[in-house]
Amino acid sequence: MGRRIGLMGDEAVAYAVKQCDVGLVSAYPITPQTIMVERISEYVANGEIDTEFVCVESEHSALSVCVGASLSGLRVFTATASQGLALMHEVLYAASGLRCPIVMAVANRALSAPLNIHCDHSDMMGSRDCGWVQVFAENVQEAYDWVIQAFKIAEHPDVQLPTVVNLDGFTLTHCMEDVEVLEDEDVKKFLPPRKPIYWVDPKQPMTFGAWAMPNYYYKFKLQQQEAIMRSLRVVKEVGEEFGKLTGRRYDTLYGYGLEDAEVAVLSMGSTSGTIRYTARRLRESDGLKVGALKLWLFRPFPEEDLVSALEKVKVLIVLDRALSPGAVFGPLGSDIASLMVKHGLDFKLLNYTYGLGGDEVTPEMAEKLFKLGLKVAEGAKPPSLTGYVREVV
Amino acid sequence: MMWEIFWLGRAGQGVITASRLLASAALLEGKHVQAFPQFGAERLGAPVKGYTRISETPIEIHSAISKPDAAVIMDVSLLRGLVQSGNLPKAKLTVVNHGGDEELAKAVRRVNPKVWAVNATGISMGIFQRVIVNTPMVGALIKAMPIVSLESIEKAVLNRFPGAIGEKNVEAVRKAYESAEEVVL
Repeated sequence: MGRRIGLMGDEAVAYAVKQCDVGLVSAYPITPQTIMVERISEYVANGEIDTEFVCVESEHSALSVCVGASLSGLRVFTATASQGLALMHEVLYAASGLRCPIVMAVANRALSAPLNIHCDHSDMMGSRDCGWVQVFAENVQEAYDWVIQAFKIAEHPDVQLPTVVNLDGFTLTHCMEDVEVLEDEDVKKFLPPRKPIYWVDPKQPMTFGAWAMPNYYYKFKLQQQEAIMRSLRVVKEVGEEFGKLTGRRYDTLYGYGLEDAEVAVLSMGSTSGTIRYTARRLRESDGLKVGALKLWLFRPFPEEDLVSALEKVKVLIVLDRALSPGAVFGPLGSDIASLMVKHGLDFKLLNYTYGLGGDEVTPEMAEKLFKLGLKVAEGAKPPSLTGYVREVV
Repeated sequence: MMWEIFWLGRAGQGVITASRLLASAALLEGKHVQAFPQFGAERLGAPVKGYTRISETPIEIHSAISKPDAAVIMDVSLLRGLVQSGNLPKAKLTVVNHGGDEELAKAVRRVNPKVWAVNATGISMGIFQRVIVNTPMVGALIKAMPIVSLESIEKAVLNRFPGAIGEKNVEAVRKAYESAEEVVL
């Protein structure tokens, strides 16, 4: 079994990368870069890991180097945040289209303007449709655990897609928590060396990223869609295997109190903990029928698991940590609305934005949200179906 | 049972280190911990807030602490400003660095219910010849509120600062632990 040590989110991600026997890390080292690659470069400089560290002049180049290295068959990692992810944008699509199983950690932070370095999910939501498998960590332990699982998911022969592990900027990246880390040997057994199916090899010439005319382009894209849908099963299998190894079983989502909750709040990232903490208190001390639903896997969207998790819910409050200016709902709210239409679900949907630029949901605000939901469950009209949490409650 | 500590000082004084040292010591005692900063402007001298949570059970909550069990104010000029503006943080226990100004500590006690004070600036100047008050303030806090043992703090300090600088920091913790006193009017 593992050891419990104190690590910041950034350090925990770097420690996981250290244990995953990564062939190459490429990163832009300056703002908005995180301590993740700082620690990794220390491991490399100290000779603790046999990883090639390629320091480049921009995030666009960082991910481009990763794509090349991944095509050569290496296990590859990079990390970024906010503007850095935005600068990577076009290469994100190349990485998924070329089926490069790169793993990236994103410290979720706000985009300018106005200038702000703090947490929200605008960066990832801006690249939502890049074709990567996308998971969100609730705490430092999960950030560590997801990085190790992410390599296994990305490199699975049925997937072969890049995977991003999201962790809330500052709230997790700079937060020290007690983390149970695995022994190096256990990680090695769980995650054997990458076995590429196709790779750039002068002895066996092959074309990657060829020109595709309209008659072929859509076929590549549909295969990519099939691959990301196959990753659903792989995420669950890997999560179960990881659970056998560590006692911490992962899945596409984690529900609390949903067996009888009339009101549930759906969220991603560190706020999920605050929501569940509040739901637990309201259930245990006041006997209120409330529940909390944390989405671990955002892409592919775990439709079936959500449908069964929400079976008994009368009111669902979906929390988005990014604005979708001018849209009907936020990104997560829109997905849930689509799910309701596609699967004929019948509950009341409220979709509020929260936590922009480091603003947060406190337990007091979470309690007001649950109480608002309970009133709506009894037939009251909500002040609005959309809006900003701090202004709604 | 969960303890929530709020730390306030200026960038460069060791607010973040103090919040983590307390968490590390609690972790050595088998507790679950959380230590995190809240940055303002990232400049030396700017006010910095730090938070520590210590719990027997895993910690789920991830938001800043609004009603701390203890508030530790590490910087004398910030403390003076808070007293003058009437903006002292509300906490069950307040631990302050009065920097030799005992009247300032009494002014805090007239507003907050339970106040402990130490001259962390003096201790820090004596040992390090500069104002880095993190380790003395940790020593003063655990004297006023023994959530972790002095031994665990010393162990955490030596893990964080190996060698001679570690020994000096242990001395700073002990001096503050011995000289911290409850403020009575």
